[in-house]
Amino acid sequence: MSKAMKIKRLLIFALFSVLAVVLSPVAHTVEPIQLPIQDWHFSGPLSTFDRASLQRGYMIYRRICAACHSMKHVAFRNLEAIGYSEEQIKAIAAEYMYTDGPDEGGNMYERPGLPSDYFKSPYPNHNAARAIHNGALPPDLSLIIKARHHGPDHVYGILTGYEAAPEGTALRAGQYWNRYMPGHIIAMMPPLAGNMIAYEDGTPQTLEQYARDVVTFLTWAAEPMLEDRKRAGMKVLLFLLIFTGIMYAIQKRIWAAVR
Amino acid sequence: MIYKMSKTERVTFKNPVVRWIDERLPIFTLMRKEYKVFPIPRNVNYFWNFGAIAIFMLIVMMATGIVMAMHYTADTRLAFDSVERIMRDVNGGWLIRYVHMNGASFLFVAVYIHIFRGIYYGSYKKPRELLWMLGVLIFLLLMGTAFIGHVLPWGQMSFWSATVITNLFSAIPLIGDGIVTLLWGGFSVDNPTLTRFFALHYLLPFIIIFVIFLHVCTLHIAGSNNPLGINVKKSQDTLPFHPYFTTRDMFGLLVFLMIYAVFVFYMPNVFNHPDNYIPADPLVTPTHITPEWYFLPFYAMLRAITFDIPIPFMDIILVSAKLGGVIAMFGSIILLFFLPWLDSHPIRSARFRPLFRFFLIALVLDFVFLGYVGSQPADATLLDIPLNHFGLTGTVYYYAFFLVILPLLSKIEKGRELPTSIHQVILQAGNSSTSGKNE
Amino acid sequence: MTAESEIHDGNKGGEQGDGQEGASRRDFLCLSGAAFGVVGAAYAATFLINSLNPAQDTLALATIEVDISHIPVGEARTVMWRGKPVFIRHRTSEEITQAREDDVAALVDREADSARVQKPEWLIVVGICTHLGCVPIEQKTSDSRGEYGGWFCPCHGSYYDTSGRIRKGPAPKNLVVPPYVFVSDVVVKIG
Repeated sequence: MSKAMKIKRLLIFALFSVLAVVLSPVAHTVEPIQLPIQDWHFSGPLSTFDRASLQRGYMIYRRICAACHSMKHVAFRNLEAIGYSEEQIKAIAAEYMYTDGPDEGGNMYERPGLPSDYFKSPYPNHNAARAIHNGALPPDLSLIIKARHHGPDHVYGILTGYEAAPEGTALRAGQYWNRYMPGHIIAMMPPLAGNMIAYEDGTPQTLEQYARDVVTFLTWAAEPMLEDRKRAGMKVLLFLLIFTGIMYAIQKRIWAAVR
Repeated sequence: MIYKMSKTERVTFKNPVVRWIDERLPIFTLMRKEYKVFPIPRNVNYFWNFGAIAIFMLIVMMATGIVMAMHYTADTRLAFDSVERIMRDVNGGWLIRYVHMNGASFLFVAVYIHIFRGIYYGSYKKPRELLWMLGVLIFLLLMGTAFIGHVLPWGQMSFWSATVITNLFSAIPLIGDGIVTLLWGGFSVDNPTLTRFFALHYLLPFIIIFVIFLHVCTLHIAGSNNPLGINVKKSQDTLPFHPYFTTRDMFGLLVFLMIYAVFVFYMPNVFNHPDNYIPADPLVTPTHITPEWYFLPFYAMLRAITFDIPIPFMDIILVSAKLGGVIAMFGSIILLFFLPWLDSHPIRSARFRPLFRFFLIALVLDFVFLGYVGSQPADATLLDIPLNHFGLTGTVYYYAFFLVILPLLSKIEKGRELPTSIHQVILQAGNSSTSGKNE
Repeated sequence: MTAESEIHDGNKGGEQGDGQEGASRRDFLCLSGAAFGVVGAAYAATFLINSLNPAQDTLALATIEVDISHIPVGEARTVMWRGKPVFIRHRTSEEITQAREDDVAALVDREADSARVQKPEWLIVVGICTHLGCVPIEQKTSDSRGEYGGWFCPCHGSYYDTSGRIRKGPAPKNLVVPPYVFVSDVVVKIG
């Protein structure tokens, strides 16, 4: 037994030393960017989206982000989930013109948007977008939060991380320095600044608040099922927990009879 | 299975419909024999749950997969959007997709534990060699299916891991490039590739089910191994499968499902690379391509070979670095087919082979470490030493374990004395525990 | 290791399940276990099958608006609504009169013309034969309208009149009138 114990101890030691090495930051090649970790309203196991923040975020998206970024997986009808009424949604959709057709004469025509239409892209195609932005393609924002490690904090960091470039950094025209961008060079000009949009509900009109609201909206856009998912998870886990308890008791009882 | 079923073994069932069918097609007799009264060594532990868990996970994958196939479009222009449509518009589609996506990971969790169990307790040894080899075949097929399935959402990781992995075949001398073109159905990973991958992803699970059927058939002929690794000798050594092990399998499965559910509902994307939420772009390679976690150790072996292997004293390269990596990776799995002959030690269970156990646990740690190496960028360093050197060391140990250590231990390891029977060990343990309680 | 400790547990469980009370408690446990299993499996199956029902984006396209200003009297147009053809027919006054007179004729599926139209000159029906789902022919002026001046389904020979009512043939019901409203004099919203 003592020999086995020794081996066991040795193995445990080995396991922990491997873990220690693995977890140590020495292994990283590039110095990792420390994201500004925020306390998000939607991050807990049962938490929900802050509806007011979602609507403010949508307003910022419409006024600012949508000028350059598409959001092609979200339709106007989806806005019902963030608290807009059917009439409001119709009115919002009708503000955009969509090309439809061909009609009976074989011609394409313009019509106002419908709730079933998806958010309109500012560009006819990717190449048009690149041509406008010096060859850079502004990414579609439908999934941006899920398409980045630590999505909400990353996007919040980008929106709030613009600074003057440190000395010795050569920035070309159309380039900006951002603390939280990998490599620090970014082609997007600072999109938000304090007081650029009026909030009617008395929320502070700061850059940080704008960023929080827009990130909340983008998180919803990327994962509109987030609230459903968390609620359903509780039910499923509760069901499984009781079921497991019952099976444990049955199993115990059946085995108790064996000697 | 069927040949063993002589007429005398038939049971007369009470239910007239069951009896009528059974007299013509004895499936109920068969079920009763294989899943009710089937004897299982009474000392098997919770490690023996994972075969059933893996089958259950495969069924989950197939059920959710078939439904998703009805919503998915295998066309490069539409694949990504059709997956997003499943997530956003299909009724409950997000859950079905998250169950499927994380199900792949959890299927591999179950399969890896199942394989570890098999090695630790020597389940591959006579008379279960073919059972083991069928298992390795299932593992290979699962890897293929999982890899192909990961391509279908057509995100950046899908596209680029498809490109990298299919390019592996170009390492094969002479015919390699032809094979790659054949796999692609074109000159790059493109629409024909996606369409055939989808067809294969739908087909392969049914082949897997068939191999699992054979796997279970061979199991039911040899009977289950047990933690002591000694043969079942008399009826006191075993208990009927039902209700003793059906209930226990069910309990184990539910615990497993709870952990699975936590991931599905509360961290559905931890196993998924964020880049796969970016639509595939053949013009932009992500800065750091990683395969799914269950492939990482093998990926590390692929990358570990960074040097050409020449014919000694000549300038002719026998094995290029590229081919070397491919051989190292595929060889590591092919090797498993020969495990029953590489380890010819008469004792099965590692419990009675301390040396074997020591090296085996070292192998597990090595495998986990290789997984870490595989997850890091190619140029990463650890303690100022290129990580690839560690990857090479790990690969060497992996191969040494199977090709050197096991054959050697088969010859030199004495091992501990084996108990005479399962029943006896249980009685002893029972006595010592009751006496311990009394004190 | 683990196996041994488990077996201890099993033995320590002590109380034998063969007593009367123990047996019934076990029965109850087994029943509730089975119930949970059945409910769980049934729920999962329902969930998977329900995913095949129309998705949110499909439902969102369930209404369309059609401009009818350019359909001349006596002609008809076909529009797609929920993947089905909808016939919009600009009826002549003779056709309207005919349809009203036929209210008292021998109808298979009795229904007054006034109940089938909102404005007498516009007949809007789903263009799917109520027999087995073929599309009746009529839309081009050259097509045969059948002997009742409405539509003729070539699949199995059903005749519809100028109100879209079944008059002869195997179809059991009149052509279905979809829900619609006139948004204005020239725009109709179907669905």
